[in-house]
Amino acid sequence: MYLDNSATTQVNEEVLKEMEPFFREEFGNPSTLYGLGRSSKNALNQAREKVAHAINADAGEIIFTSGGSESDNLAIKGIAFKLRNKGKHIITSNIEHPAVKNTLHFLEKLDYEVSYLPVDENGIIKIEDLKESIKDETILITIMHGNNEIGTIQPIEEIGKIARENNIIFHTDAVQTFGKIDVDVEKLNVDLLSLSSHKINGPKGVGALYIKKGIRLEPLIHGGGQENGIRSGTENVAGIVGFAKACEIVSQNLDSNSKKLSAIRDELIEKILSTIPESYLNGDREKRLPNLVNFRFNAIEGESLILLLDAKDYQTSTGSACSSNTLEASPVLTALGLDPVDVHGSLRISLSPETDDFNVDDFVSVVSDAVSRLREMSPLWNQDTDYKAVMCNGKRNRCRRC
Amino acid sequence: MEKEIDVGDVKMDYSEKVMDHFANPRNCRKIEDADGVGTVGNPTCGDLMTIYIKVDDDKITDISFQTFGCGAAIATSSMITEIAVGKTIEEALNITRNDVADELDGLPPIKMHCSNLAADGLKAAIEDYQKKNQ
Repeated sequence: MYLDNSATTQVNEEVLKEMEPFFREEFGNPSTLYGLGRSSKNALNQAREKVAHAINADAGEIIFTSGGSESDNLAIKGIAFKLRNKGKHIITSNIEHPAVKNTLHFLEKLDYEVSYLPVDENGIIKIEDLKESIKDETILITIMHGNNEIGTIQPIEEIGKIARENNIIFHTDAVQTFGKIDVDVEKLNVDLLSLSSHKINGPKGVGALYIKKGIRLEPLIHGGGQENGIRSGTENVAGIVGFAKACEIVSQNLDSNSKKLSAIRDELIEKILSTIPESYLNGDREKRLPNLVNFRFNAIEGESLILLLDAKDYQTSTGSACSSNTLEASPVLTALGLDPVDVHGSLRISLSPETDDFNVDDFVSVVSDAVSRLREMSPLWNQDTDYKAVMCNGKRNRCRRC
Repeated sequence: MEKEIDVGDVKMDYSEKVMDHFANPRNCRKIEDADGVGTVGNPTCGDLMTIYIKVDDDKITDISFQTFGCGAAIATSSMITEIAVGKTIEEALNITRNDVADELDGLPPIKMHCSNLAADGLKAAIEDYQKKNQ
């Protein structure tokens, strides 16, 4: 049972069918003038209409990219470079996706100044903090819509309003929210918005950036001038067609999917918290994505839990340092103010509208068994070890934190 | 504790031996009347390990562990109990981190430093035993 849909999703069958002709029959370059090329161009135009429609934008406001990370890079660097003579201050939150966070770290090396707004214990920024951090030199606010680890949703409408009042461009990464909750660029008051295809049962390697009419940014990929000169390179027609189909499907079923997913989510939260002692929900209980939950269990480590769940054929993920390539505990969970020990015991479960036959009771029972098993082994659970006495004694600890 | 867990399809970057020791750990229990107890690691980093030993006539007659940590931390704890049992104190002190990793058919490079704590845990337990028996 695949429960890691915030990482990626399976391509929908209708999406795959829609893409197939564009590999062999309709393989033309959309920039060419003969029939084959024109038909690719038509497909591209139609796809742009569909994606625009899904977020209440105009087709001319959609730029296709290689995915969410490129969209984030293009939005942030594109504005930073374009407005470098106006100001070099950018505001963000401290729970952004690495595609935003590391892009900003790069800009800091180029002498841009970045303010990182803290989040409260539920993972939401405070509007007051935002207002206070605005300066004359602020050129961009970039704050994510829904968080990829804990699923909390930021007050984007309100942030957008403040950005407009202060004449500051506002970007949001809507990669996790799009297809799960209503994403309407007009209602959200955004100037730039990142989308990704593979999180909504579309193919990997394609995404889009919404750029509000009138907003100008510097391109990152120079070349033949495709995508209005903003993103050169022959378009990934098959991918874009698939992405557009996926947009169409999620938009048509948004309400029913949201209802179905949040019902499973709520059942999962209720049953995990009531079945497993010392289990907690990470992130806000109400302002959250319908398809994502993140728990933490005291005294166990997440990688072990993931392995045990995988052995029972449930694919999930964790914010534990031990599971990451950098051996760094999740900065998002750390930003909630959690003790690093507790961050290790986190478990993320993310569903898709195509998640079928998910029996919550069976899953909760497997998680409960796995947690009990690891706690039986854990000196932290058995409480007779004063772990604080051995912490960071400078000799025996070899992890990178020490 | 459930005795056997089938981890046939779970590969990660771990060897089959690591997965076996993780899923079916040997000697994972507390020894109430242990002659030596050693705790190493740091839960902040994600690994904390306690090793218990019983010593008779300078030989380790029983050894067990309790571990909070990743698959590698649990597997190395389990493995060292198999390596160390029956050894003299001197022999046991010579067991290195690499010996433990080798017996497990290797560990992913990233885990060699942070989670491969069992040899240190055993040393700490022996030091505790020696201190008590000075």
